[in-house]
Amino acid sequence: MYGKGLRPLSIATVVAIAAAFSLVFFYAPLDADQGFIQKIFYLHVPLAITALIGFVVGGVFAILHLRSGDRRWDAYSYVSIHMSVIFGVAVLITGGIWAKASWGHWWVWDEPTLVSFLIVFLMYATYYPFRYAIEDPERQARYASVFAVTAGAFVPLNFMAVRMAESLVHPRTFATANGGLPGEMMFTFLGCLTAIALLWVTLVKLELTAKSASGQLKRLRRALDAPAPGAGSRIAPEVS
Amino acid sequence: MNAPRVTPTRSAFAAILAKDLRAELRTLQSLPAMALFATTTFVIFRFGLDRTSLSGSLASGVLWATLLFAALLGVNRLFVAEREEGGFDAIRLAPIDRTALFAAKAAALLVYLLVLELVVVPIFALFFLGSAAALAPLALVLLLADLGIAATGTLISSMAVHSRARDLLGPLVLLPLVVPLMIAATGATEPLLAVGGPGYERFGTWLAVLSLYDLIFLLVGYAVFDFLLED
Repeated sequence: MYGKGLRPLSIATVVAIAAAFSLVFFYAPLDADQGFIQKIFYLHVPLAITALIGFVVGGVFAILHLRSGDRRWDAYSYVSIHMSVIFGVAVLITGGIWAKASWGHWWVWDEPTLVSFLIVFLMYATYYPFRYAIEDPERQARYASVFAVTAGAFVPLNFMAVRMAESLVHPRTFATANGGLPGEMMFTFLGCLTAIALLWVTLVKLELTAKSASGQLKRLRRALDAPAPGAGSRIAPEVS
Repeated sequence: MNAPRVTPTRSAFAAILAKDLRAELRTLQSLPAMALFATTTFVIFRFGLDRTSLSGSLASGVLWATLLFAALLGVNRLFVAEREEGGFDAIRLAPIDRTALFAAKAAALLVYLLVLELVVVPIFALFFLGSAAALAPLALVLLLADLGIAATGTLISSMAVHSRARDLLGPLVLLPLVVPLMIAATGATEPLLAVGGPGYERFGTWLAVLSLYDLIFLLVGYAVFDFLLED
């Protein structure tokens, strides 16, 4: 049931990403100050925004799980956070490349957005050891949801604290009153954001489909009374 | 029909807190270890940094890193007795509001931290600071930061204690969670311990951040703690 619509969604994602990257390379003007390297902005920032929204979405699913007790929401929450952590790795790598090219260092400490993101990433990286250290599956789902809610409250607070502690070097592109980006760049950026967000949704759906398929397979095996090869996977909540 | 008799939350809170403090007073499991750990860490910093006196950001960093790691010792042990001696089952059976347990445990942790600081902050001043002028405003920062550690520590500890690797998991999850708290606490402490006597640069702002952190995580703890006790 999770596989429904996966194919058109994948095609839409491929088209959107291809279109967005053509915009980046053939339409958007070169940045007057930074030149070609500024193009990584169209990848780095949408990835970061999608990852952060994904963490919040994971928190919302966790609230739904706690309120309803329906384990499906826990699977949603898990997959959202999982995908956002993967996107987070990409954000840190592209951020490092950009920082090296424009400031000359792979890592810059007095730069609030990068540092905040690293702390948020470290926080969510503990989701996995935390989750899999709890054996009882029902308790595991509940505690993971509590973690997701707590970490969701932590994200904005952390951004605020880090920003107050550091100087202001990072380009805050959208901080100025009229957006700060010229029209063509803004259009390209929004196209990229849409494409990356679609990619996130597709990957989340794909992982849910895979989990549901393997869960069904396991149930069928059990019904046939055949032992599953290897012990049951601990690495994911099961999806029904 | 009679309504089921429910013990008022306040007396449940008082009973659990009194039980915890009495148990700590009789067994002395956490506090002496925390104080000893902090003092030894100061000595290690004295040689690690090769300084006999500290001021400003270095002083505030040493103080907060030490206090935080000492606090982790207390956080780790907070629910061990409940788990091993069946305290959780008893709480579940008792006709009380479960959040009383959260509030009482957080209050117990707060008391541990305050006692710890009452002992080790004067030692820190004796070791590294020239004067005790900063201690009065520092007390306010300590109190607000302790409240935050108590809220998050209780929440994480109550989950970690049910896991396979509880001694590992508590600190692992708690450390990134208290980073904003540490940013604000060190930010407020740094000018207090500056060379030329205590300064109050952005003191109010940092206190506001500390209070906001405390408020948010006390509320989160209050909201989710019920789910942690279900079974």
